[in-house]
Amino acid sequence: MNEELKELYQQVIIDHNKNPRNFRKIELPSHHSEGFNPLCGDHVYIYLDVANGVIRDISFEGNGCAISKSSASIMTAELKGKTLEEAEVLFQKFHELVTGKLTDEEEIEKLGKLSIFQGVRDFPVRVKCASLPWHTLHAALHDQQTAVSTE
Amino acid sequence: MTERNPLTVKPLMDIDKIRKDFPVLHQSVHGKPLVYLDNAATTQKPNSVIEAISEYYRLYNSNIHRGVHQLSQKATDEYEAARQKVQRYLNANSTKEVIFLRGTSEAVNLVMNTYGRTNIKAGDEIIISEMEHHSNIVPWQMLAQQTGAVLRVIPMNDKGELLMEEFKNLLNEKTKFVSVVHASNTLGTENPVKEITGLAHEVGAKVMVDGAQAVQHFKVDVQDIGCDFYAFSGHKLYGPTGVGVLWGREELLIAMPPWQGGGDMILSVTFEKTIYNGLPNKFEAGTPNISGAIGLGHAIDYVTALGIDNIHEHERDLYRYMEQKFLEIQGVSLVGSAAKKGSVFSFTIDGVHPHDVGTILDMEGIAIRTGHMCTQPVMKHFGVPALSRASIGLYNNYEDIDCAAEAIKKAAEFFS
Repeated sequence: MNEELKELYQQVIIDHNKNPRNFRKIELPSHHSEGFNPLCGDHVYIYLDVANGVIRDISFEGNGCAISKSSASIMTAELKGKTLEEAEVLFQKFHELVTGKLTDEEEIEKLGKLSIFQGVRDFPVRVKCASLPWHTLHAALHDQQTAVSTE
Repeated sequence: MTERNPLTVKPLMDIDKIRKDFPVLHQSVHGKPLVYLDNAATTQKPNSVIEAISEYYRLYNSNIHRGVHQLSQKATDEYEAARQKVQRYLNANSTKEVIFLRGTSEAVNLVMNTYGRTNIKAGDEIIISEMEHHSNIVPWQMLAQQTGAVLRVIPMNDKGELLMEEFKNLLNEKTKFVSVVHASNTLGTENPVKEITGLAHEVGAKVMVDGAQAVQHFKVDVQDIGCDFYAFSGHKLYGPTGVGVLWGREELLIAMPPWQGGGDMILSVTFEKTIYNGLPNKFEAGTPNISGAIGLGHAIDYVTALGIDNIHEHERDLYRYMEQKFLEIQGVSLVGSAAKKGSVFSFTIDGVHPHDVGTILDMEGIAIRTGHMCTQPVMKHFGVPALSRASIGLYNNYEDIDCAAEAIKKAAEFFS
């Protein structure tokens, strides 16, 4: 396994792929959305329970590759308890991170667990895998009714 | 233990020599020698094809069927020579039956728009199969929606073989058209198209065969099959992209209205009336892909010189080795195990998504396909969102398979 691959598939990612957190449905969610990558067949559903501008609960279902599944898992773990404003900032930062636009080491470190997706920037075809759950979250929070597609 | 075929000692084809004809094979990807096993998606091009295309542009680039000047005549001759090569390759009756198009998808769309729209009415039935590529599903669905015709589907078993008894049950006097794939791009299944054609003809239905995954692997004789239309793409037969062939029975093509209007497909035009050109020009409106057709002609020359039967035997031996080698790997399952199948190995690895397999193999310099293969109904049948697929071409060798097996093993172990 070469260095780039090790950087992409860090142990935390492998772990979240095998044992995804918050992998369930929320009954009566306040927000929910569906995301789809027609190229690879990745399919994700995001459910949220939001009250007074705070994400009280967040979960996901679906199937996808190790990158998209672990991204969804870590996203839900990181966003629980955050305000919608904080979620919006993280959405932007995460996008910058995986597309290689976020290069300031301090800024990257501030992202905590999310920073492990840094390796994705060396694999342009895999950026969509990592960002699909986030785009789906964004659509859910902005009440987009149609399924999000990466294409 | 997996044994290489003893024939490698005395090969039918000198693969080392053949590989020298394909410049793209000699490069490194991520620091590893390229192993190209995505031949069902597209094949690499031999030097002779690349040279023929380059020569057209360097020496006699000109429009066909138009000028009286030397270059135009040369271009026309080469273009029409390519048509003759296709005619012989498919054992068609006449060059009038060979139409150059962009590819198999366009051929299906042409038949749907011309034969389909004039002959298929509300209540008529069109039969396709469960293992069709999207390009042989969507056009017929569009026609069914527009005309009120009904689309019927031949189901398959879990080996990926069509259920012929079910097909017989589907056939009736309302069946007007049957369109089936000759060899499945996902499962490798070779379908009994001669038998299908015979049965369909008994109820008076016309038959189209999608040969996109057939002509590069084994001998295809359209007269022997007895079908009415046959289509294939140049780029899967070691030729360039953007060119393909529709073969159709002359009497059917004559009766069909043209599809696209434009230059080259007319004899005379006034504002009151246009008289259409004869075959095959009637279906080739506008300046065609001249260099593409010429390139395809040279690809056919290349394959013919090696011998399609030799290619078939080589690929079959290599496939057997690949199947054994890959199935020895813990967690690997084969999807598509028809009794009669070609050199396509689609698979799953327990707990590993195909997309991750694709990335890991890519980093080892190995090109395979991952995804739904444009056959979503096949994915649905086998209950998977996507598959990984290794597919063999004439230039692949045992080392390619060993490299791929090693990398697949790595992927399986990495995620376990």
